[in-house]
Amino acid sequence: MNQPTLLRPPHPLEVRVLTRRFEYPRTEPVWLDEYLRTEGYQALRKALDLTPEALVDEVKKSCLRGRGGAGFPTGMKWSFVDRKSPKPKYIVVNADEGEPGTCKDRILMGFDPHRLIEGCLIAGRAIGSNRGWIYIRGEYRVYIDIMDRAIEEAYANGYLGDNVLGTGWSFHLSTHTGAGSYECGEETALLESLEGKRGNPRLKPPFPAVSGAFQCPTVVNNVETYSAVPDIILKGGEWYAGLGTPRNGGTRLVGLSGHLNTPGVYEVPLGMNLLTIVNELGGGVWKGRKLKAIIPGGSSSPVLKADECDIPADYDSFAKAGTMLGSGATVVLDDQTDMVRVLARLMSFYAHESCGWCIPCREGTAWLKKITQRLDSGVGASKDIDLIDQISNSMMGRTFCPLGDAAAMPAMAIARKFRDEIEAKIQSTQAFVPAPGTRPLVVL
Amino acid sequence: MPDPITLTINGTQVSCAPGTLVIEAAKQNGIEIPAFCYYEGFSLQAACRMCLVEVEKMPKLQPGCTLPAAEGMVVHTESPKVVEARKSTLEFLLTNHPLDCPVCDKGGECELQDMVFRYGAGESRFTEIKHHVDEKQWSPAVYYDGSRCILCYRCVRVCDEGIGVTALGLSFRGVSAQIVPNRGDHLECDECGWCIDVCPVGALTSGTYRYQSRPWEMNHVGTVCTHCSDGCKTTLSVRNGQVLRANNRDRSGVNGEFLCVKGRFGFDFVHHKERLQSPLLRKNGQLQPVSWSEALSAVAAKFSEVKARNGQFGVIGSTRTTNEENYLLQKFVREGLGSKNIDHHRTGDVVTLLDALKGRTGALATVNDLYTAKAALVLGADLSQQHPLLAYQLRANSRHHRSATYLVTPGPVREEQFATKALRSNPGEELNLLPQLSDDLKQHASLTVLYNAAIKGDAVRQLVAFCDSLGIEVKYLPLVDYSNSRGALDMGLLPDLAPGYQPLRNPGLNAAQILSSPDLDVLWVVGANPLKSASLAGEKAFVVVQDLFLTETAQRADVVFPAASAYEKSGTVTNTTGEVQRLKHGPKVMGTKSDLDIIALLARQLNIDLGPTTPDRIFEQIRKTVHGYNVALPVVATGGAAPTTPVNGGVPVAVNPSLISPSGDTLFTSGTLGRYSKMLAKVMEAPGQLFKA
Repeated sequence: MNQPTLLRPPHPLEVRVLTRRFEYPRTEPVWLDEYLRTEGYQALRKALDLTPEALVDEVKKSCLRGRGGAGFPTGMKWSFVDRKSPKPKYIVVNADEGEPGTCKDRILMGFDPHRLIEGCLIAGRAIGSNRGWIYIRGEYRVYIDIMDRAIEEAYANGYLGDNVLGTGWSFHLSTHTGAGSYECGEETALLESLEGKRGNPRLKPPFPAVSGAFQCPTVVNNVETYSAVPDIILKGGEWYAGLGTPRNGGTRLVGLSGHLNTPGVYEVPLGMNLLTIVNELGGGVWKGRKLKAIIPGGSSSPVLKADECDIPADYDSFAKAGTMLGSGATVVLDDQTDMVRVLARLMSFYAHESCGWCIPCREGTAWLKKITQRLDSGVGASKDIDLIDQISNSMMGRTFCPLGDAAAMPAMAIARKFRDEIEAKIQSTQAFVPAPGTRPLVVL
Repeated sequence: MPDPITLTINGTQVSCAPGTLVIEAAKQNGIEIPAFCYYEGFSLQAACRMCLVEVEKMPKLQPGCTLPAAEGMVVHTESPKVVEARKSTLEFLLTNHPLDCPVCDKGGECELQDMVFRYGAGESRFTEIKHHVDEKQWSPAVYYDGSRCILCYRCVRVCDEGIGVTALGLSFRGVSAQIVPNRGDHLECDECGWCIDVCPVGALTSGTYRYQSRPWEMNHVGTVCTHCSDGCKTTLSVRNGQVLRANNRDRSGVNGEFLCVKGRFGFDFVHHKERLQSPLLRKNGQLQPVSWSEALSAVAAKFSEVKARNGQFGVIGSTRTTNEENYLLQKFVREGLGSKNIDHHRTGDVVTLLDALKGRTGALATVNDLYTAKAALVLGADLSQQHPLLAYQLRANSRHHRSATYLVTPGPVREEQFATKALRSNPGEELNLLPQLSDDLKQHASLTVLYNAAIKGDAVRQLVAFCDSLGIEVKYLPLVDYSNSRGALDMGLLPDLAPGYQPLRNPGLNAAQILSSPDLDVLWVVGANPLKSASLAGEKAFVVVQDLFLTETAQRADVVFPAASAYEKSGTVTNTTGEVQRLKHGPKVMGTKSDLDIIALLARQLNIDLGPTTPDRIFEQIRKTVHGYNVALPVVATGGAAPTTPVNGGVPVAVNPSLISPSGDTLFTSGTLGRYSKMLAKVMEAPGQLFKA
């Protein structure tokens, strides 16, 4: 199991709950023996003695919110599943980590795979499920292998199978490989892909909790969300909630990347100041440069200018600042970053990943890509900046799934907040200066 | 019926049934919410975002095509915000659209064009290079121009949900996403071409119609398809006397928008170069073109000579000619020639059924009954092959109403995809398996039974007895095969039954007897080809044939009259469910005459008075004299289907089962007409697709 060394030496400001078994600089995952030595599967044993209602209540008390990006309260999501439904209920783990900048799920799966399995088991117990899938993006071959081996260990030792720990309750879990689509991180597109179909999003409602995988009630959560569950059950929802701020329970992983001295994945309590995260954990902006902007929650979150960054990193504060916590992927940009290039790169990503289902996203992302690439190559006019803003506006809230919004939000934010810089680039790179006394062939 | 709910659309209070979608609620009240991907009767997509409407108390614009109307909801469909959204959606659509309207087939009837005229911007802000893909030919009938495609997925859904062949899918993603055949580069499907019809833009074009005309240059004639007996309404688009296109976009008739490959593309036999355009008379052993008067005189002379010496006539009528022509023909033969030897190619046993159902009313199913029936039992027939419309109705019923379908067929059929139970029997032994289904059938309140020519004679009585033993309400649908097979029976093209199934005391010769009679003096064949499969025993017989082409029978003829096809004449036909529909003449082929005219001209030559001989006047006569045909004239006149109510007093006639034989046509063949249709000859039956086990 060769995986890259992704771990960082622990930082004193970190609160290590999910990452407490991680040791720098190991590369080997925590296999079952070691997991069992460190309270492994204790939460499952406790959960097997509790009623499903008590489990959901405990998760509700923890104020755990979905760590995939949308931040939906997990306990509430679980309570939407009708346990009395005659249909089978399913557990699906979203490990399609596709948001640019996000790199937390791979670490959780790569170093503590049994934590995820235990989280799935508890969730399965809570909703009365007997089957789960871990949908892992295809590029994560090594993590698929790690999860497969961990699942094998769990089967061999009675944690998974027809008779989980001798209780007679059966729970089966397996990995499912994604086929390379950002869109399949959207829960309904993921379910379509899981069913073997084209990864297009589904019409909502019905939500997956009512009709998900194979038209059965399904809970879809992120790897990090499930991984938080064992500690919540073991130590209590209130303990977990107390780690964060009100309504934003617990800790979360931030993937610090970009122009930093010590980028990496760190576990911080919710509500820690964003600048503290960047300057302390991330070691500050590299090469002694100044901070220009932060993309705080994955590439879809609207960018924050340096002077907007002094805010607590939790769901509600970020929403107030006009951005979102998203997947916790924090990309730091130094003062020499060309924002036009950032915009062009982002738009080319979304144009590549739009599934093509609905018109505003399909055509809008392609259009934005073409405009921004043109601006980046130095051909443009200031009316293009207005156009970017207007196109984004036409996409916002009108697409079938949130991918259109995810493309429109950063485009709009960069076009508005860095207008001067884009204008300056347009002015400075006018490649074709018409000869004196002539008019240019193309007036842009 | 639950209580209706009330909502406000554009300031007007409207009410609708609970669960109605906003787009439908608006439509019911005369308010159009434009949409590309929404298509009534098919699954919801919410992909085009054209139907976004403003709903008070909802922050975002909502798609009207997926939003169920709720009590007290306040909807604005033309507010500035909504209009702005439509404008931007159209702008998005046009960014990569080639805007080749001047050469596009769809120009003039394009939904995108209409919407852009109404809401779109006059000027484009898109200055980038457009995404382009080359046009592809998927089959002889279907071409796809991906650049024009707006990805509304209508074609994918009609193919999958409507027809059940799932030949189309989606490939690539983002702006490169396009519709593709699921079998690589070509279609393996029914070639029905419905995808072309539903396409809101010119992305899917038809192999017969592309680059031929513009919609406003053609006359659109709603008539009835002449191929199988389902009686689909098809609208022929005619320019300068030539049919260029057939479809049924106005959803009139029993079939709504459904048409199979024959209805949509099989019209081209009309203009085949081998169409007979002049009467032929045998001179010196050779058939030679002659004038109408010469041919008519020759036939009249022979007829009066044979009639005078009380010789033997044999008349074989057609299963494709109109009710009026059939009526006039039997009247001519029975009254004018004084002969009883009249028959036609029978393809199903309706007569025994009518006798077995003596005294009951309402026991015969209509096409629409198949869509509303709680359960259906199909005996013997491969509906997708032989009765595509009925198959479509059953499939739609199963999809929309979760109705039950039971099958007893000799081979695998496509209805097994959704059938509740499907049994396989040896050919002709379908009834033996029925007891296995009786427990299942009894659970349904009502049942519709479809049977084909495999069940005939006494078997029909056994079937009725079995259905009676179930103790539930049963409706019957006897399947016949040709476009007016049922009309031929109803109009008495039978040796032992007069129009309206009135028994005759001394029956004449039936078709087999006519062909095998050595003493036959005259064989008169109107629109049939009996000598394709049988030989004529009467060597000295004078053979008169009315047909479109020089068929095997016509080649043996002494006189051949060039007849007009069903598309070229007026009149009525009766489909397999006994519903009368009106034919309207569309194209005109030089030199031909309708069979009605030919019969009338012959009558005049022979000084036989048959009364009025225009289609309208004869239909009036039929309505008055033929039992069950007293249908509402406005329904027929306006292109609707009027169900006939055949005699319920019993038909005490023993049917000889050997006279009933199926046409043997499949989805891609249609007897003589099919042989002369270029498109039907070109399209290939999908290997393994139609007979999917």
